[in-house]
Amino acid sequence: MQETSLHRLSRRDVFKWFAAAAVAMSAEEGVFAVGSGVPNPAGRGYGTDPDLTRDYKPGDIWPLTFDAPQRAAAAVLCDLIFPEDHLGPSASSLGVPAFIDEWISAPYPVQSADRPVVVEGLVWLDAEAGRRFKRGFAALDEDQRRAICDDICDLAKASPEHKKAARFFSKFRSLCAGGYFSTPPGWKAIGYVGNTPSATFDGPPPEALKKVGVEQTVG
Amino acid sequence: MAIITPSKTQPAYDVIIVGSGAGGGQAAYTLTLAGMKCVMLEAGRNYEPARETPMFQRPDQAPLRGLTTPEKPFGFYDSTIDGGWEVPGEPYTQASDKREEQFHWWRPRMLGGRTNHWGRISLRNGPYDFKPRSRDGLGFDWPIAYEDVDPYYTRVEQLIGVFGTNSGMENTPDSPEGVLMPPPKGRIAELLAQKFGRKMGVPFMPIHRAVLTRQQDWQGLPAKLHPDNPRAQRIVQEAMRARAACFWATDCGRGCSIGANYQSTTVHLPPALATGDLDILPNAHAREVLVNAEGKAVGVLYIDKATGKEMRVLGRAVILAASSGETVRILLNSNGGKGVANSSGLVGKYIMDTVGTSVAGQIPQLEDCPPHNEDGAGGAHFYAPWWGYKDQAAGQLDFPRGYHIETGGSRRMPSGANPVPEDFTRGLYGTRLKEAARRYYGSFVSYSCRGEMIPNEGSFCELDPALKDKWGIPVLRWHWKWSEHELRQVAHARKTFIELIQSMGGSMRSPESNNPLEYIEAGGKIIHEVGGAIMGADPKHSVCNQWNQTWDVKNLFLCDGSSFASNADKNPTLTIMALAWRAGDHLVEQAKKGNL
Repeated sequence: MQETSLHRLSRRDVFKWFAAAAVAMSAEEGVFAVGSGVPNPAGRGYGTDPDLTRDYKPGDIWPLTFDAPQRAAAAVLCDLIFPEDHLGPSASSLGVPAFIDEWISAPYPVQSADRPVVVEGLVWLDAEAGRRFKRGFAALDEDQRRAICDDICDLAKASPEHKKAARFFSKFRSLCAGGYFSTPPGWKAIGYVGNTPSATFDGPPPEALKKVGVEQTVG
Repeated sequence: MAIITPSKTQPAYDVIIVGSGAGGGQAAYTLTLAGMKCVMLEAGRNYEPARETPMFQRPDQAPLRGLTTPEKPFGFYDSTIDGGWEVPGEPYTQASDKREEQFHWWRPRMLGGRTNHWGRISLRNGPYDFKPRSRDGLGFDWPIAYEDVDPYYTRVEQLIGVFGTNSGMENTPDSPEGVLMPPPKGRIAELLAQKFGRKMGVPFMPIHRAVLTRQQDWQGLPAKLHPDNPRAQRIVQEAMRARAACFWATDCGRGCSIGANYQSTTVHLPPALATGDLDILPNAHAREVLVNAEGKAVGVLYIDKATGKEMRVLGRAVILAASSGETVRILLNSNGGKGVANSSGLVGKYIMDTVGTSVAGQIPQLEDCPPHNEDGAGGAHFYAPWWGYKDQAAGQLDFPRGYHIETGGSRRMPSGANPVPEDFTRGLYGTRLKEAARRYYGSFVSYSCRGEMIPNEGSFCELDPALKDKWGIPVLRWHWKWSEHELRQVAHARKTFIELIQSMGGSMRSPESNNPLEYIEAGGKIIHEVGGAIMGADPKHSVCNQWNQTWDVKNLFLCDGSSFASNADKNPTLTIMALAWRAGDHLVEQAKKGNL
């Protein structure tokens, strides 16, 4: 469960995001406008000799970015992309939104470049939800969320006015997949088996060899 | 004796060893087990694999799911400390702005150096590889032949533990019966490459890697390695007993807390320390070899990184094993910047890396494969040794020398990167996205060329005329040049890989290119830098002799890759160790005769 849900936020906050989104939308070039309420990360990295055996959590090393509405929109979008189903739990239950927040808050070049894309994309989602349904994205029902996502989930097919949002969706889906499939339930979902000690290495089982049409050649 | 600080150094040692990786580790092992008192200088910090290795840590326990950053360029869990392509405060420079004329220098700053994270690929050079000029007129012959090194390859394989099979292939030497450990079974993508490679005449087979696939024969091997030396046998027995066999999980690049693979810190240094004859001085950055008026090495000038002060350590002989680049730098900076062991003018010349290029593909045949564990021995199980000698002899290839193929692609642990590319999941979200990821996961393969670079006049390093590091030591400036030989080689490799992928019914996923300069890996990127102080038969045309001993300074030995006169496609680490053992034996013999 997310700590904050959208409909409990004040009108004043809602107004602020819509204003921010309007600034973002006004940019003609680039993915979204850079710098519209998205300051560069101030934190330091983990250095060249971090403890590799510690259990780290997002926010342990550098401060996170998302404000409450962004966090709420990110959680809802994560779970639309990776819902709970027969292949495993939802993305938000695996900490994926926090991973994405950690990612865009990191003081490194690759991550910094994703920062405005993600933050302004989340703000756009809320603005778009407001335009279409008079509510924030997190407060929409599933069909309404899908109506927006269906317009931006395929970069090649997205209409010109949705190209920027589609680039955001593509980036967000990619981060989401990375965050999801790097957890034990995500491993199970994708079919990775391992990270466990074993007395022998038996190689691929007969059904795998048969499926691919090869034979084991090492005795 | 043990891990010490500068105030605890002895007044004098038999041998000072600079560097603690494959060469320095082997030298320390050989010399201390022979009873010589040694001190080892390491520019980085002490490192304890048993305590520090992240063995089962998951990506979701690491910052950024463990993905690479400039501070950990091979990922969070990679066993590289305080280094990578850049070392804070210790820059290097490029003579050219052009990408293809630059060299990228990987340096860790930790006990054990690069051996903590390396791929463990352990290949013997073959007979041709020591006499390349005699075969095709290019590069240089070594002053030694395969037969000189063969017994040392065997000893190193027995000491560190190497799995593999004897192929019987041309210039791909077999090990004596019983020396190699049994290879692990093939993974699904490796078996597929083997099946289709066979049709093209490309022989995929078990690779040789320094991973224990079973417990070492600790009762039998020490007597073979150290006949007539009961003390060494006893110490090595204990060290071998302390290593466990691989438990088939955890990528070798993280290092290994149970000593199941070779790294200097778990294989060479524990027995060397157990002799009581080794002091290890971490955080000691060697600056100069000190030479007396008679031209003999008497010690090493180093920076104590804890205080920033210049310190000295004295000894009867000096071994540099700091990596080719750093060894060259120390030689050139010695004698107040006038240099030592450089009457040939060749120190820094003929730097080589391995020739690299990769092609990625997607193979429909591998889709929807039943899930199974392919962690295996924490790295590659198969490779293809160079198979083209006959074609070359028949004049059918447009390049000399060879390359081997390393295979990628298996059901590896997904890290934090999106495991399935966007074009396979276009438009998808929700359960359909999960199903697509499950279908395509494990269907991506890659093939990498690891080939021989021929030394040339345009690839070298020298002291930068202006820039100094944070300790005030002049830094290296690199020059790089690929010749037509390397460019034609990668073109052949690329064509071969694309053909292999297509023969499997797959599609190529690397960017289209007809320009080898675009797809050859930049100099240094394979991290096999060798040369810079090559060995040879005469002092005018080489820096050291066949014993890794510099011509000019008799008690100065170079035991890393710097002495390599050529860089065969075989990964250099095993040869570095074999030659360091051989040089160590020679040094002990000379010391006994009073010749140092």
